Amino acid sequence: MVPLWMYLLVAAGLFSIGMYGVLARRNAIAILMSIELMLNAANINLVAFWRYNQPAQVGGQVFAAFVFVVAAAEVAVGLALIINIYRQRRSVVADDVDLLKW
Amino acid sequence: MELTVESLVFLLFSLITLGGALMVVTTRNLFHAALFLMLSLFGVAGLFALLTAPFLAGIQVVVYIGAIAILIIFAIMLTPQVTAVRPTNSQWIAGVVVAVVLFALLVSIVTPLMSELGVEGWSAVFTEKNPPPVPADSMARLGEAFVDPQGYMLPFEVASVLLMAALVGAVMLVRPARGAEDEAPQAGAQE
Repeated sequence: MVPLWMYLLVAAGLFSIGMYGVLARRNAIAILMSIELMLNAANINLVAFWRYNQPAQVGGQVFAAFVFVVAAAEVAVGLALIINIYRQRRSVVADDVDLLKW
Repeated sequence: MELTVESLVFLLFSLITLGGALMVVTTRNLFHAALFLMLSLFGVAGLFALLTAPFLAGIQVVVYIGAIAILIIFAIMLTPQVTAVRPTNSQWIAGVVVAVVLFALLVSIVTPLMSELGVEGWSAVFTEKNPPPVPADSMARLGEAFVDPQGYMLPFEVASVLLMAALVGAVMLVRPARGAEDEAPQAGAQE
């Protein structure tokens, strides 16, 4: 098999790309998609460490499955919030939602 | 790295994953970004399959590509497309710097690069190449662990409650307000 650090390298790249997306994109839905990329990077790490260190246990896969559940819940609530904000302010640009700013 | 079929497949899925992810954060058209997100998630599913986690590869395709990405596409279609304006905000240069620095730090830690350069005690050693094989009944044991009181039954049930709460919360948030006609002028006044 390829050495473990190659999987970690791919996950690091995916996480950094997602980080850039969260920091730089204006559209709130694009930010949510970038968060999905970061969650996937964490999942790659979980499964890779499980495979290379504890393949006889199930813990790594269980954790990855819980990340799936949390991601699904997060997307459902996040998109509901975005659509609600769009109804109120006619905008999905994160910069325009500044109600709580001083 | 010797060029085996496995390493070639790994390279292919890694390129799909990272290339798709790059297009997600850079493309102007949000709908295309969602399609590239699906491509990237498919690459991750391939990596899971390569790591002998077929169950996770399956739910990656079914839940992520089949449900979450479709949900995101729904939201994109329910909101207007503003492709004329630039897709990034004013702090995108800082975003690039943060992402590159983070990536460099992670690379220096997870890869054996730094120890090959002669810096001791900086990088963790993740050079395992031949882990023991996965037991053949791995998927069955995963399913049993989820419902085993000695295993992960409580987190499993809590996750179910979390999903239920998220579902109810999402419905509550997007439900049109009762007597929406009365509130329509108020919503218009906020524009």
